[in-house]
Amino acid sequence: METLRIETMGLGLAIRGSTLLNDISIQVATPGVTMILGPNGAGKSLLIKCLHGLIAPTRGRCEIGLHQDGDPIRQAMVFQKPVLLRRSVLDNLQFADRHSHQKEALQQALEAVRLLEKKDQPATQLSGGEQQRLSLARALITKPKLLFLDEPTASLDPASVLIIEQLIKQASQQGVKSVFISHDIGQAKRLASDVIFLNRGQVIEHTDAATFFTNPHSREAKAYLNGEIVL
Amino acid sequence: MPDSAFLEAFELIATANADLYEILWLSVQVSITALLVSVVLGFPLGTTLAISDFRGKYLCTTVLNALMGLPPVVVGLLVYLALSRSGPFGVLGLLYTPTAMVIAQVILITPIIAALTYQVMDDLHHEYRELFLSLNIHLAKAISAYLWDARYSLITAVLAGFGRAISEVGAVMIVGGNIDHLTRVMTTAIALETSKGELAIALALGVVLLTLALLVNGLVTAVQTRARKYGYN
Repeated sequence: METLRIETMGLGLAIRGSTLLNDISIQVATPGVTMILGPNGAGKSLLIKCLHGLIAPTRGRCEIGLHQDGDPIRQAMVFQKPVLLRRSVLDNLQFADRHSHQKEALQQALEAVRLLEKKDQPATQLSGGEQQRLSLARALITKPKLLFLDEPTASLDPASVLIIEQLIKQASQQGVKSVFISHDIGQAKRLASDVIFLNRGQVIEHTDAATFFTNPHSREAKAYLNGEIVL
Repeated sequence: MPDSAFLEAFELIATANADLYEILWLSVQVSITALLVSVVLGFPLGTTLAISDFRGKYLCTTVLNALMGLPPVVVGLLVYLALSRSGPFGVLGLLYTPTAMVIAQVILITPIIAALTYQVMDDLHHEYRELFLSLNIHLAKAISAYLWDARYSLITAVLAGFGRAISEVGAVMIVGGNIDHLTRVMTTAIALETSKGELAIALALGVVLLTLALLVNGLVTAVQTRARKYGYN
């Protein structure tokens, strides 16, 4: 299986004179889920928006590519607050479907997120958990190689969290690389293959998950894992 | 006497008085034509303003919002000057024709439709922008999605434009001239018949106009209720 590589060199972002991301240099070449952890305001969402190309960094650069040369990398993103079109559940899925899947394939995608019986309902009338599951199904229907998830399970019911985590694991097994932001340390332990710990717009630590959770190097990461307030 | 005028007015409506329905038909024709032209101009203008980013955008939206309150008599006067024999478009011979009335109404309602479209599209653009970038949606598909998802709000904007057009009097009086069987519409006929003391026909037209206004408002409420019901507002 090809391993997707994400590399940033001196990536920085400043808005109106305020530095929000500072000299971020990371190399990710592991399969599975790269978890981005850090306190609020650390720059996690900005970092994945830069990686995904939604925000242009003001300094440095970011490269995403396969080890072997190939087509441009298909990417998708699940936002913290689900953004759904004002139309039915099925129509939301169809809108993103670049591969013109048959109706059965779309129905299978809805079945995977337990929303098939609600396919004709207005998407905006789903519960928060259902909306986020639909967002994930919509991202996955585009067949991404790289999936960004910005706190997709924040404030969701446990059933929705479980479905989303299962789908992420399944996608990983199928070779989809995920970059996942979470504040839930338990979830990070369940999913992460490696962890990037951010604080104040800087990478404090980037190690494999086992090392991060058992023997974090930085004082900030230790404090964060101990449930202390990191400023 | 007002009582007999009311009775006579309802009789005119009930017996489908030819003059009354001629005036009603012309009013609807002029307003619908103006509305269609305004939609063709206003939707793209409002949408373009909402989804594009350029220097002077704030000024443009401020001017557009200000144009919603254009005084109809001033618009009438300007269109009159433009279309009069000595004006730049005098050669077209459009003054005192329904076309001149359509032009005046287009100038009045296009800013309303464009400004309301802008507001709806601007909100949607802020909501959908990152999603569309993420999904790599091309511009044409994004615009059609904006138009479709804003359909209920846009219908409300169109109905608001129609309400303004059908009830407009000052501009169409100046550029149409209120000529019998040619440019006489409901509002100008009401003004004329009232000044002549012909209250029955004025009241009959007033009742029809009021009914139309109520119908349009009823439609707006129905559209908004449906949008709320389905979470599409």
